[in-house]
Amino acid sequence: MNVVIDNLPAYIEGFLQTVSLLLMAGAGALVIGTIVAAMRISPVPSLSGFAAVYTELLRNTPLTLVLFFCAIILPYLGSELPYFWCAVIGLTLYTSPFVAEALRSGINGVPIGQAEAARSLGLGFGQTVGLIIFPQAFRMVIPPLISVLIALTKNTSVAGAFFVADLFGVGRELANANGNAVVAVLLAVATFYLLITIPLGILAARLEKRFAVTR
Amino acid sequence: MTSVLFDAPGPRAKRRSRIASVIVIVLILAGVGWIVYTLAQPRESGGITLPGYFDWSRWEKPVTDPEFWGAVGRGLLNTLQAAGIGAVMALVVGVLFALLRTSQSAFVRVPTTIVLEFLRGMPVLLMMLFILLVASTGAFWAVVLALGLYNGAIIGEALRAGINSLPRGQREAGLSLGMTRLQTKMLIEFPQAFRQMLPIILAQLVVLLKDTSLGYIVGFNELIRTTMNNLSSFYGNRYLITLFIITLVIYLTVNLTLSWVARRIARRRGGRAPLVVADGLATGSAVLVGSTTLTGAAANPEDATTE
Repeated sequence: MNVVIDNLPAYIEGFLQTVSLLLMAGAGALVIGTIVAAMRISPVPSLSGFAAVYTELLRNTPLTLVLFFCAIILPYLGSELPYFWCAVIGLTLYTSPFVAEALRSGINGVPIGQAEAARSLGLGFGQTVGLIIFPQAFRMVIPPLISVLIALTKNTSVAGAFFVADLFGVGRELANANGNAVVAVLLAVATFYLLITIPLGILAARLEKRFAVTR
Repeated sequence: MTSVLFDAPGPRAKRRSRIASVIVIVLILAGVGWIVYTLAQPRESGGITLPGYFDWSRWEKPVTDPEFWGAVGRGLLNTLQAAGIGAVMALVVGVLFALLRTSQSAFVRVPTTIVLEFLRGMPVLLMMLFILLVASTGAFWAVVLALGLYNGAIIGEALRAGINSLPRGQREAGLSLGMTRLQTKMLIEFPQAFRQMLPIILAQLVVLLKDTSLGYIVGFNELIRTTMNNLSSFYGNRYLITLFIITLVIYLTVNLTLSWVARRIARRRGGRAPLVVADGLATGSAVLVGSTTLTGAAANPEDATTE
């Protein structure tokens, strides 16, 4: 227990690093995921085809390999980013297809009659999606999106193994340095992760109840 | 759905869509082409000029060596073995958790809930490290046990949701026939819940396979560690990208095949996903998301997975 208290500053630093990974990669994944989802439902076949391939490929690649790509191949292509930004890029890429799929299943969840009604009123594609479908899909999509963010929180630990000093990285160093207190050190790391994931989980459950629509 | 959103394209829309397609394809090709071109350039490192990446000399040594493929095969075998044992364990643990979580007695239910939340809220990687360091089981069992526990917790929650979504009459009928609570649960409720949640469970097992790659970090010689660590130090760093590409192709082949099989089984055998999943189910894990689609059309099980 003393080990944990003595090293609290290191923990907090790691925690902040994890949170910033989460925020950066989360924001990036939301943006890219939304673009991919929009491409997926668009009328242009090449756009939707590209989005489908992008989703399938990234979803079936292990995160470890995606991070390897960022750590090995990106420098080869001429990037000189520090490890932190490589990790952000990797996590963003890995998370974006899950965001896209969550959005798409939300859009698919809107009853078809809504779209038919909008179309029969003469609204175009942009109007139908923007004014009718999306506002309804949005509320259904929030809880799944939070779940994606929770998974992202847990996935940041993999970046910790790739030289980013996040919570997992700090925990590993401390566990190696204090062989006699491994249990306490690692339980403290777990607690910090739970500090993020459990409130997010509760939030998702709340919002899900709040947004539950009876149709 | 998608087809309702826009009219069947007329000649002008068709032309525009074709132009947009061409532009997109050109852009994608340009991006890929740039990467290929950059990789193909000769490169100086430490005073030696290495030929570009698509030069045969950067591939020849490993690719023509039977020993190399033997090592890759062993790595793949280790990955599949860990995934297989982990999957069986996850199913057993899942059933156990679902059973305890729906128990009548609060003394069983509440601690189980806490353990479940704990397991689901913490990274698998941390769990692997924990088991490796605390229980000193060796890397293989650290990977298998962590994957089994973590995915077991998720499958357990899925099964519980499946049980909750069954009509109450099923349970009541079982009890009124004189079956005990356990019998009712094992013989009446579980088989139906399992069937209903099959798409989610299968998708989670694919995730489990993908997560064996975390073994790389805790020192288990699975596929990625074999290629990117052991073989790259054996053959030399100049083959690193070659090895990366080979690993990526193997992983994609295995995972895409498995996802496809899972999807087929789910479509053929699985019941429809429940229309509304019980509250709180989507918390903590990202897995159960797909089933909340209200269309009820057997959602693509892959939609559901995040890890």
